[in-house]
Amino acid sequence: MRYLALLRATRTTAPPPPGLMEAIMQLGEEATAAGALLDQGGLAPSAEGSRLQVATGKLSVTDGPFAEAKETISYALYEVRSKEEAVEWVSRFLKLHRDMWPGWEGEGEVLRVFGPEDFAAPPA
Amino acid sequence: MESARIVAGVARLVQDVGLAEELAQDALVAALEQWPREGIPANPGGWLMSTAKHRAVDLLRRRTTYQRKLQELGREVGSRPDPTEAELAAALDPDRIDDDLLRLIFTACHPVLPTEGRVALTLRLLGGLRTDEIARAFLVPEPTVGQRITRAKRTLAAKHVPFELPPRAELADRLGSVLEVVYLVFNEGYSATAGADWTRPALCAEALRLGRILAGLMPEQAEVHGLLALMELQASRIPARTGPNGEPILLPDQDRRRWDRLLVRRGLAALDRAESLGIGPYTLQAAIAACHARARTAAETDWVRVAALYRVLVHVSPSPIVELNRAVAVANATGPADGLAIVETLVAEPVLAGYPQLPAVRGDLLARLGRHDEARREFSRAAELTRNARERTLFLDRAARLPGPP
Repeated sequence: MRYLALLRATRTTAPPPPGLMEAIMQLGEEATAAGALLDQGGLAPSAEGSRLQVATGKLSVTDGPFAEAKETISYALYEVRSKEEAVEWVSRFLKLHRDMWPGWEGEGEVLRVFGPEDFAAPPA
Repeated sequence: MESARIVAGVARLVQDVGLAEELAQDALVAALEQWPREGIPANPGGWLMSTAKHRAVDLLRRRTTYQRKLQELGREVGSRPDPTEAELAAALDPDRIDDDLLRLIFTACHPVLPTEGRVALTLRLLGGLRTDEIARAFLVPEPTVGQRITRAKRTLAAKHVPFELPPRAELADRLGSVLEVVYLVFNEGYSATAGADWTRPALCAEALRLGRILAGLMPEQAEVHGLLALMELQASRIPARTGPNGEPILLPDQDRRRWDRLLVRRGLAALDRAESLGIGPYTLQAAIAACHARARTAAETDWVRVAALYRVLVHVSPSPIVELNRAVAVANATGPADGLAIVETLVAEPVLAGYPQLPAVRGDLLARLGRHDEARREFSRAAELTRNARERTLFLDRAARLPGPP
């Protein structure tokens, strides 16, 4: 089963501590070696992005940064056997931030991606 | 995955795969008891590993004491020195753990075991699948799988198969056995077009996971990347391989927009890696799969290249089935008559006597040459030979759609 993880920072008090990036990369390598991590990437601040919206029949494009204080910092795509496994990898990612970066607050969202199994035919 | 790492680590200490599995289970049970009370430790994998190792050490100490007592009674019994704390710490080193995993894979796929034994043991120890899950996936009774696993463990112990990596000179041969097991698992999932049984796509996923792990563990081995590339590329087609009613859809008829682009991308990257290291049979098959993956429509397929790759594959790993596939490629590259000429040389091949794809391919080429009556006979023959109900329907349909009297 595939899971998409979206990770957001809600509060940062200081620049990232030295060593955090290495720790994140090591975790990524571990997840890759375990055959669980398919794809991942860091995301630039929303100032470099845009938001598109359809409302009352109008399409609008708003350039970032977006109003709320949350920044999506990265995404990861896992292939695992259960949601628990995906949650486990994402909690390890968040724990790294908690343990190495005092004052940092953030959130992770784990969403299951539909796969062929969801469209399988009923038993013959 | 953690469970495989733990089994592997403990197996190096106790030199017995079955015992290592029991100790790993004990550690998991201990975790289930303690974690809800005391919270999940910072490094769950490390916690499980050291718990299992401590249990192993206790066991070895008990055995040593027992052996010492036996010796006091004047018996000759070989013993192992106690593992020290330093040894335990070294045992938690990630590189060491990777080696342990490789040892476990090579032991589970050891050639002294029959193929079914290797498959069952690999899925049990590396995949952590339960006996009933393996049984359901391979459509065999659960006790059969249980017996295969027990017998495999017993054989390893009885034949004193050491828990170690094969010597360099044997690595290539033994790696072949490992890759074969992984690909067998993949194919068992992939060729199950019945579609209703959810555990069979799970087998593809399991094989892919094992392949990805192997590629991480043995990054310098071309064929490891070759097999991984092949599986990623084939798996990319899974969403397009079955129709709304679970019926199989063959490669030329697949809606390529439904192919999994992420897996295609990963497959092509793994193929690049493999080709930079050397060319073997899996890499060649992956290169063929890549020709299909790169074609936006079936008509855009570079059949000349596919036929050329099959020609090389026939030399590297000759088999009538490869030759039959080459016939299909040649037919698409230069015309059905050329393909049929190759197929005719295979008709007397005893290996293909009960192989439904032979009359199916022959029927297809005859139909394309306008020889409908002969084609109809071939499709009926293919329908008689296949044991897969979905495939039978497919062949009968093809026979029925041919012009002329039925």
